[in-house]
Amino acid sequence: MLKIKQVSKTFYLGTPNEHQALKNIDLTINTGDFVTVIGGNGAGKSTLLNLIAGVLLPDGGQIMLDDQDVTWMPEHKRAALLGRVFQDPMRGTAGDMGIDENLALAARRGKRRGLGWGIAKSEREQYREILGKLDLGLEGRLGAKVKLLSGGQRQALTLMMATLKEPRMLLLDEHTAALDPKTGARVLALTEELISRQQLTTMMITHNMRDAIKYGNRLLMLHEGRIILDIQGEDKRRLHVEDLLHMFEKASGSQLANDRMLLS
Amino acid sequence: MFWIIQSAVSLGILWGIMSLGVYITFRVLNFADLTVDGSFTLGGAVSAVLAARGVNPLLAVLIAMVGGMMAGLTTGLLNTKLRIPGLLASILTQIALYSINLRVMGSPNIPLLRVPTIFTWLGDIGFPTRWISMGVGLVFMAGVIALMYWFFGTEIGSAIRATGDNPHMIRALGVHTDTTIILGLVMGNALVALSGGLIAQQQGYGDIGMGTGAIVIGLAAIIIGEVLFTQRNFMFRLMAVIFGSIVYRIVITLVLRFGLKSTDLKLFTAVLVALALYLPVMRSEYRQFKQRRRKINA
Repeated sequence: MLKIKQVSKTFYLGTPNEHQALKNIDLTINTGDFVTVIGGNGAGKSTLLNLIAGVLLPDGGQIMLDDQDVTWMPEHKRAALLGRVFQDPMRGTAGDMGIDENLALAARRGKRRGLGWGIAKSEREQYREILGKLDLGLEGRLGAKVKLLSGGQRQALTLMMATLKEPRMLLLDEHTAALDPKTGARVLALTEELISRQQLTTMMITHNMRDAIKYGNRLLMLHEGRIILDIQGEDKRRLHVEDLLHMFEKASGSQLANDRMLLS
Repeated sequence: MFWIIQSAVSLGILWGIMSLGVYITFRVLNFADLTVDGSFTLGGAVSAVLAARGVNPLLAVLIAMVGGMMAGLTTGLLNTKLRIPGLLASILTQIALYSINLRVMGSPNIPLLRVPTIFTWLGDIGFPTRWISMGVGLVFMAGVIALMYWFFGTEIGSAIRATGDNPHMIRALGVHTDTTIILGLVMGNALVALSGGLIAQQQGYGDIGMGTGAIVIGLAAIIIGEVLFTQRNFMFRLMAVIFGSIVYRIVITLVLRFGLKSTDLKLFTAVLVALALYLPVMRSEYRQFKQRRRKINA
């Protein structure tokens, strides 16, 4: 369970560019929830995710993951609890290392690294099996360098890496935005399969309203650093894009003028 | 002629150990570390001073390595804790080391006349004189390559490689990149100082200027190795660095024999490295040019 209490984040504090990206956020996400997050550019989606991941530290407030206060915990320590996939497919994997080596690095997330082998023989067998289920043809190329893979393959691999050692929470930051629609849909289907198989508590940022409605059991909409919509359960299942647009206008008092969200 | 080339090969191996140190920072960690010029001299200074005072020469070289580690640690702390960009942090350490090296030596030059060194030891036990440098170089080289090959296959070693490849990714996987950066710099400069310590004993003196341009020589060896020997696995890439260092020494020896003034050597090396660095760019530009031509003709 994730509990965020009174969390704000200000950038460029004390300069003319001072900008409050998040304003007194209160949010509780229950274990097993799959939450999708939408909002325009600068709404604070990525800031929220980066605060949970520890890439950024908040101005104040509290972030609890299960019963652990992680508000000020550094990124590399918090990594033991979190699985993350980024928007840029290059960012989640080490291009000059093999597929197997990347998986082995991920298998050791949150563990103390010592002078044992970086990858054991028995692991390779296990990885081949896992990749075989992906059906991307990667199981035969275990030693291939990751930079030889396509963006979609890299994102699928990053997803495997994020869930290889079960995280308390999975954070997805527009992880299909850089892919072509067909590949993106495939990666999303894989995402949902992994999440439901492991019952992962998940937060997925997306700019695509249809995806936000289709996936997950709860939907948040952010606008100018606040959560303006929070829809779950039966209400979410009956939701349509038109409803979302209408609710946005009512809640924010402005038109949703973001082509990227409307057209995709 | 044979002995001239043979001695160039020996020097290439001894300097190749320094290039392996540069390989750790420059290629594995992706960190342009100019500490090298200072830590090479530091290694030579420590090794010469201790040997001249009657310390066991092998122990002197090991202590020289510890000196190199401290130099790498300094650059690492400047970079990770004070957030000074890597290039600048390492230049600061390098400049500071100039003063420190003079302090260590007490004078700009320490001769090792009639002082026992690792190299005179081997002569004393009857090792053929002309093969001593190569013998010492090969033993240390084999040890260093074996250790590097093992270490970069371990969990910590893999984390260092991943840090050089993609720091964002490895942080998200729970590695503190400050630690891995510092570790890589410490190891790289330990090897650089080891090489400096051996060279000082081999040439029979430690000198305040012996490390000047060492980083460029290290880069030359790495790039020549990469261009001439296509690399398959990690072991082969490490060997290629040594081969590159040897080729560099042979080229230097030959151009000096053909009349290049030894004072022009650094200019020559700089031009060589610049050309070698341009080579991959030139290749891809040429490929693109050919493709365009093919399209136009078709």
